[in-house]
Amino acid sequence: MHPRSVDFEIHMHVSIHHYLVLAAVLFCLGLLGVIIQRNILIMLMCIEVLMNSINLTFIALARYYNQVDGHLVAIFVMAIAAVEAAIGLGIVISLFRNRQSIDINDFNSMRG
Amino acid sequence: MNPYFFYAFATITVLMVVLMILQKNPITGAMCLIVSFFSLAGLYVLLEAHFIAVLQILVYAGAIMVLFIFVIMFLNLKKEDLKTGRRPFYQFAALIASGALVTFLVVQYTKIPPVSFPESVAGFGTVEAIGSLMFSKYVIAFEVIGLLLLVGIIGAVLLGKKENHD
Repeated sequence: MHPRSVDFEIHMHVSIHHYLVLAAVLFCLGLLGVIIQRNILIMLMCIEVLMNSINLTFIALARYYNQVDGHLVAIFVMAIAAVEAAIGLGIVISLFRNRQSIDINDFNSMRG
Repeated sequence: MNPYFFYAFATITVLMVVLMILQKNPITGAMCLIVSFFSLAGLYVLLEAHFIAVLQILVYAGAIMVLFIFVIMFLNLKKEDLKTGRRPFYQFAALIASGALVTFLVVQYTKIPPVSFPESVAGFGTVEAIGSLMFSKYVIAFEVIGLLLLVGIIGAVLLGKKENHD
């Protein structure tokens, strides 16, 4: 194990930790946004942030292990994000057409 | 790798995402998200993923966010449409839960020894390396993604279509 002081000495040296912690912070911010936002459009944008943080993790680890496989996963995640945005925005448009609202609290007719 | 670039891009990314989740206006949120995507592309360049950085700008900042802004303008929201109900208890609980999650993740990640990145192999992250892997090892995943995009197109058209009751 490395003693704690070593971490602070190499502070100005960017390691894999920095990227992984940044990705973790972004993931939690996106999750927080999905929960606290009531605006359905911004909730969809927060889901994009979640996917981007996953991409950052994959790309940092691809660089760490010197293998391009992580980049492939990032491309597939981007394609899935594009499909998700298209379908989600289609749902938002038809919801707005029926309810004239983008507040998630107004879409509760299937609540038990 | 210059650490100043990392800290600059990371700060911009996190700041813009924080601004976005505190927004009420979706257009302002979308603009913040575009800036955050650009600085994420900068981080990908620092990680020598140049092709992914270009794709990030083209696909996310170029296509997905334009789709978002197009839909926001299409909906033509009024001031009163943007008012949403507040739930203080939910927000407090969400803050605690995501704080706990980020602490857990940071503790787990810092168990990895903090070695710096190794020298990258020749041709790392180029279109050639990604393409040759995509059409050999990941060819089935590639085909499935194509199918998924087709399903997405059909679904979006069906959802966006005006219903005719006659």
